[in-house]
Order: sequence, then C-alpha cells, then structure tokens
Amino acid sequence: MTPEKLENLAGLVAEKFPNLTVEREIEALVLRVEPEQLIETMTQLRDGAGFDFTMMIDLAGVHYPDREKPLEVVYQLLSVKKNHRIRVKVSVDEDTPVPSIIPVWSCADWWEREAYDLVGIRFSGHPDLRRLLNEYDFDGHPLRKDFPLSGRIEMKYDEKSGRVVRVPLDTSRTKLDPFKRPGREPYAQS
Amino acid sequence: MEEPKEFQNYTINFGPQHPAAHGVLRLLLELDGEVVERADPHIGLLHRGTEKLLEHKTYLQGVPYFDRLDYMSMMSEEHTWVLAVEKLMGIEAPPRAQYIRVIFAELTRMLNHLLFLGAHGLDVGAMTMFIYTFREREVIFDIYEAVCGARMHAAYFRPGGVARDLPEGLEEKIRSFTEDFPSKIDEYEVLLTNNRIWKQRLVDVGIVTEKQALDWGFVGPMLRGSGVAFDLRKAEPYDAYDKIEFDIPVGKNGDCYDRYLVRVEEIRESCKIILQALDQMQPGPVKHQDFKVSPPTQNEQENKMESLILHFKQFSEGFEAPAGEVYVATESPKGEFGVYLVSKGGSKPYRAKIRAAGYNHLQATKDILPGLMLTDVTTVIGTIDIVFGEIDR
Repeated sequence: MTPEKLENLAGLVAEKFPNLTVEREIEALVLRVEPEQLIETMTQLRDGAGFDFTMMIDLAGVHYPDREKPLEVVYQLLSVKKNHRIRVKVSVDEDTPVPSIIPVWSCADWWEREAYDLVGIRFSGHPDLRRLLNEYDFDGHPLRKDFPLSGRIEMKYDEKSGRVVRVPLDTSRTKLDPFKRPGREPYAQS
Repeated sequence: MEEPKEFQNYTINFGPQHPAAHGVLRLLLELDGEVVERADPHIGLLHRGTEKLLEHKTYLQGVPYFDRLDYMSMMSEEHTWVLAVEKLMGIEAPPRAQYIRVIFAELTRMLNHLLFLGAHGLDVGAMTMFIYTFREREVIFDIYEAVCGARMHAAYFRPGGVARDLPEGLEEKIRSFTEDFPSKIDEYEVLLTNNRIWKQRLVDVGIVTEKQALDWGFVGPMLRGSGVAFDLRKAEPYDAYDKIEFDIPVGKNGDCYDRYLVRVEEIRESCKIILQALDQMQPGPVKHQDFKVSPPTQNEQENKMESLILHFKQFSEGFEAPAGEVYVATESPKGEFGVYLVSKGGSKPYRAKIRAAGYNHLQATKDILPGLMLTDVTTVIGTIDIVFGEIDR
C-alpha cells in the first residue's frame, strides 16, 4: 500500500471509529476490536462509504501464551475497488468465544474452523465448528506454543494385536541426540 | 402389478482415491438422481503441519517448504515467502534479481496453467491436451533444472535475491522458448476453444457471479473470470512488475469456459512479460550486497576470515530479523497467495500463516455444486484448479 493510501485510510478510520485503538505496523494499519463490537465493525468496514472492504482475504489464529488474553484472531481485509487493505485483531482469553463473522463473509467458514482446529479459538454462532485439517478425533491444538513439534502420540504397527495402534510419544528426547529415545527398546531382530 | 417404489437421495463419496479429484479431495455428494443436492468437501488428508514446522526453521530453511505447498507452481510460492522476509528485514533485492524472479514467476505461471489445461482437458474428456501440454512443460522443467539443479522443487529464490545468476546461454534459451510459445498456445486453442464437446461441457457450467466471488473471497483467475479486473501484479506491484506492461484478461459470465479463456490469455501475457523482462534486464549482482542476509561470494570466503564466519553463521543460526509483523501477498498462478509473518526477533518466525489461494475456491464448491449434474462436478473441480499441497498445508 502506498503511504498516501495508508494516510487516507487512517484518517477515515479515525473519523468512523473514534473509540477503537489503531496501531501501525510495516505498511499496514491495524484495528483492535473487542469481541462484542466485532460483527458491527466488520459490517461497517464492508458496507461503509470509503471503506468498501468487500473481501475477507485471510484469518489467522495466533497464540501468545505470555499475554493476559493469549489468543488472537487476525483478519486481513481487502477492497478490490479501492485497492487498500486493513488488518483487524481480536484478542480473547481461553474461555471467551469470538463471534463468527460468517453472516458478513461466507468464506469465514473454513477459516474459523481452521483457527479452532489449529489454535483452539472458539467461535460463537458458527454452524459447524468441526476440526478441518486434523483428524476429527485429534487431541490438542497443534499451533499452540506448548504443543511439541513432534506431536504427543505416534502410530505404529503392533505385532501382538496385528493392527496399527496409537501410543504416547516420549517427548523427553534430548537436543544433543535427537534420535535417542530414552525408555524405548530397539526393535527386536527376528 | 408391482408396487411403485420410492427412492431416497443417496450419498456418494467422491474421492479421496479418484483420478478426477486432483489429489486427496474427499467430496461427499448427496444426489437426487444425477443432480447434486448437497456437497460437503472434506480436506486435511495431506496436512503436513507446514506452519508449525516453519516456526522451528530459520527464514532460509523455510524456502523449500514453500515449493512443496502448491507443488504445481513452485517458485511463485517461494516468491511470497522471500518478499515477506525482505519486507520484514526492510531490504530490497537488486534489480537483476528482481527481473530474474519476474521471469521465473511467469514461467511458473505457464507451468501451472499448462497443467491446468491438460488436467482439465483430461477431466472433461480431451485426452490429447494432456500430452500436448506436457511437451511444453518439459522444456520449462529443463529451464528450472538449468538454473537450480532441480526440476520441480527449486528453492531458487532467496531472501535478498536469488541463489545464483542465470547460467550462460539460458537467457537465449528462455527467449527462444518464449518467442516460439504463442504458436503452441494456438495449437491448444485449435483443439479446445471452439471444440463443440468442450463448449458443451464448459459453457454455463459452474457460474459464479461477481457478488458470490467477492463473498467467497475468490482470487486470481477465478475472480477475474467473474468480471473483476483485480491482479496483484498491477494493484500492488512487487519486484519489477511496475516496469513491465501487460494486460489483465477478464471474463464476462463467470462460467468454467470464461475461466478457461482467462487462463489461456494469461499464458500469452506471461510470454510478453518474460520478453520485456529479458530486454530490460541488465548485468549486475543477484544478491543483496549487504551480506547480512545473503551469503558472501565464494571468493570472499576464501580470502576473508570474516566472510567465512558470516557464511557459517548464516547457514547454521540464520540471520536475525527485527520484531514486527507483515502480510505479503503475490499473484500466484492460482491467485493471491499470502503469508502473514510475525516475528519477535531472532532467526525464526514466531508465526507464519499461509493464505492458500485455492482454499476459498474449494470451500465455495458447497455453494456452486448444488443443482449441477454429477458429470459437472469434475468440470467444476477442474476449473478451480486445486492442488492439495497448498490447501492442506
């Protein structure tokens, strides 16, 4: 976005949303919204004169464990007519849901399911909040910062029962020897 | 006389092992006779946790992961990542590197659209197209190989430029291929554009209105097929695109046929872009000359101890990026491919969210498919040009 466009948009946002916090990032304008005002703000951003944000281009869930409200939803909005972008952020704690914005943009459906699946953000009013990318019976939310990269379970073939079983993964492997898994016997040579 | 029997709707499982499902799409279709009543796409069968992995890799190590997202338009994905890292670092690639990136981004666009033509033809019953388009894809793969040693997963674009300059004679090869290529597109068009069967299968199938396209967040050829002239190469020019002249083809009806025409025209525009870039390109460095981000030259490493240390540190610890966050999007062959990159300082990203181009197109099938015939399902899936690497990530 060119600097003039950014200034124009910043002026417009300050005029229309006087009580919202506006932050500046690298060539971008960030709007902080409380969950209660989200639907109203988004509708205004979509239909309001001068904004014309007809598209929600991206929705990202981010986990900041050291914050008071650790879960953050980041919306990227785009106007194809005016050719400008804005970023909207909502921060919530574990127990507060974020209102679903499917009534404003239909495409929010999968994005919200993904944010629920990967980061564990709950969306109120979503018609079908299932897991999307992981298996339906997956345990945990992999993009949380406390989720180990290797996962928590592993699947392997069990000779005794003759099928694939899930066993808890030993995550105590050391950094120096990533292949060493203490407490695990080497496979029997037959 | 026999009692009349009543049949209810029945549900079929389209994929995940179906040749027309373009990978691992599992589509639950509820049918009334041959008409689709309800469609429910299930994704995630190719989920590899790329976003989680990126949080544990340095910025440079992240590049190869992007090749493997949309494995039909490899360098375009890298392009977004390196531009995002460059924006975070506040640097810009030198002019020659920018032109090289433009050339390869456009070659990749050809590569992707050629596969689209071939596979879409195959879905609809035009077998020959597949053989034709793969003939030209082979040449582009050879160009890939000449420049980076790999035929598909290049890892050629790097933060701050490209990995190395074009080898001798490659510019001429690209030029002769691109000059010759429009005649090949004419051949494809002879086979398809006015083909009666092709038109019967595509025209007025899967119509997406402009309003629908915006509501569902369509991007790229899918959006332009519905009549919205929006192209990030024009709207937010990155690299050398602002110095190059080209047109944006736009559809009118928003059906599968328009999207096919848009893509064919895009290949022609790509040829123009490559030729202009080759003309404008000047000799010069292809890496950012600061050497904080890009590695020092071999010669410097052999003669200066500091350069050797720097090289070692770059490839072990990686370079450090300042804290901040950026969202960078480029016009990949399938549309807007974006990366939302959050850095808290250090050599690894805090969060890297990938915005896949085909994601919204696929989820919109539950809106487009109802009312269409079962045979049109393959047409619609073909026209949205899905690749599961980027959708499942």
